[in-house]
Amino acid sequence: MYGLFLRHFYLITRSFPRVLDLVYWPTIQITLWGFISNFFATHTTYYNNAVGVILTCAILYDFLFRTSIGFNMLFLEEIWSRNFTNLFIAPMKIGEILTSLVATALIRALIGLIPAVLLTSPLFGISILDLGIFLFFLFLSLYLFGITLGILVSAGLLRYGPSFENIAWSTMFLLAPFGCIYYPIEILPELFQKIAYLLPLVYIFEEARNILINQTVDIQNICYAFIWNGVYFVLSIALFYYSFNVAKKKGTLINMGE
Amino acid sequence: MKNLVEVKNIKKKYGKNDAVKGISFNIKEDEILGLLGPNGSGKTTTIGMLLGLLKPTSGEILINGQKLEENRIQILEQINFISPYIELPKKLTVKQNLTVYGKLYKINNINERIEFLSEKLRLGGLLNSITGELSSGQKNRVSLAKALINEPKVLLLDEPTASLDPEVGDFVRSFLEDYKKEKKISILLASHNMNEVTRLCKSILMMKDGIIIDKGNPEELINKHGRKNLEEVFLKLSRSKNELN
Repeated sequence: MYGLFLRHFYLITRSFPRVLDLVYWPTIQITLWGFISNFFATHTTYYNNAVGVILTCAILYDFLFRTSIGFNMLFLEEIWSRNFTNLFIAPMKIGEILTSLVATALIRALIGLIPAVLLTSPLFGISILDLGIFLFFLFLSLYLFGITLGILVSAGLLRYGPSFENIAWSTMFLLAPFGCIYYPIEILPELFQKIAYLLPLVYIFEEARNILINQTVDIQNICYAFIWNGVYFVLSIALFYYSFNVAKKKGTLINMGE
Repeated sequence: MKNLVEVKNIKKKYGKNDAVKGISFNIKEDEILGLLGPNGSGKTTTIGMLLGLLKPTSGEILINGQKLEENRIQILEQINFISPYIELPKKLTVKQNLTVYGKLYKINNINERIEFLSEKLRLGGLLNSITGELSSGQKNRVSLAKALINEPKVLLLDEPTASLDPEVGDFVRSFLEDYKKEKKISILLASHNMNEVTRLCKSILMMKDGIIIDKGNPEELINKHGRKNLEEVFLKLSRSKNELN
């Protein structure tokens, strides 16, 4: 497990453009949303008691996005470098491969996020730490959902090969409208609301807004987020194992670089 | 000598296509078995099944007496593979790559092992070089070092000297001969280089259309088919269907 982590650690530390890439997008994203947040805070009544609502949600969403994309990138790096076969003939259990990718994806996401979060205080006078202890649970929930999406996409890559790569980039964009990241769920049409309630995202972002705007905590939202996360996480692991077995039958593992 | 690899009537079907139609063979300790055949004959599929990357439709593979299907991880600790079609991460240094794989194969004294292999494979001056910046001959030796990092009992080689110049090719062949003799390992060599196969292999399997169409040592096959060398035997057997038609 440590070997696979080490492989990606070496890769990141050897390449300044890779570190820059990890830090660049979250910083740009959060700076942009910081200004948008300031604008809304001064021009709407909805946000006037909680200046950092949009920015906080942007940071949370970016963490989710980075975790998911980070996981996919780790998997894709092996395909692009034609190292995939070497990895799958190493004596590692599937669980060990997933665990090391999950840990590495967290580190990648944090490398990008920490500088961006540190910027928000001096630039916009906002601290995500206003969410208090519940920030940890929201982050944990987002991290779980991020890696769940990563595992689902990786299962697709195993099953269908590199042609599944485009899906890897688009998953988050498909789910974003249902996640109610920047708006309350009531904005969505009824059918979309029903779909949104099946995702952990809506509970996480509703709760972040609830804490910041109403200064109250609804534990139920946090619990629902974890329950849905648990369901999707178990499903994603099962699907990954299934895809691995299908790949062994169809020969995808030996043709992965092609 | 005991059989380290036992392949018992393995078949592999992709949909309606029979890639391997029931082949059996053994590889003994201290033996290099040549696996020859034209493109599409089932060599890669066979290697994939031996590596546990492909599940046979039927049949059984035993490595060092253990069933591959049931003991995949324990078996993977004892085998390794080299092919020009797979590479090591290009951005890492040679030493980093070998360290990563040393960890993945749970090697205790990684530095000692790397030192030993770098000396044997003339990698001393390359350990801190970026893998992607090496020449193909150097990359080949690094891949070979990776394939030997776990001191495998069974080594699977797919075109191990493809695209190498004659000097490096000769060095790799000599190294494999010596290493096999010293460690008593089993090697499966898939190659289109008939001189290489003649030099390294005491026994050969000829595959075509998913079956073993002939086997024996190089000299036997040459005499049996009345040809001058193994390349002519290969051509005869590869074209045999057309001749028959």
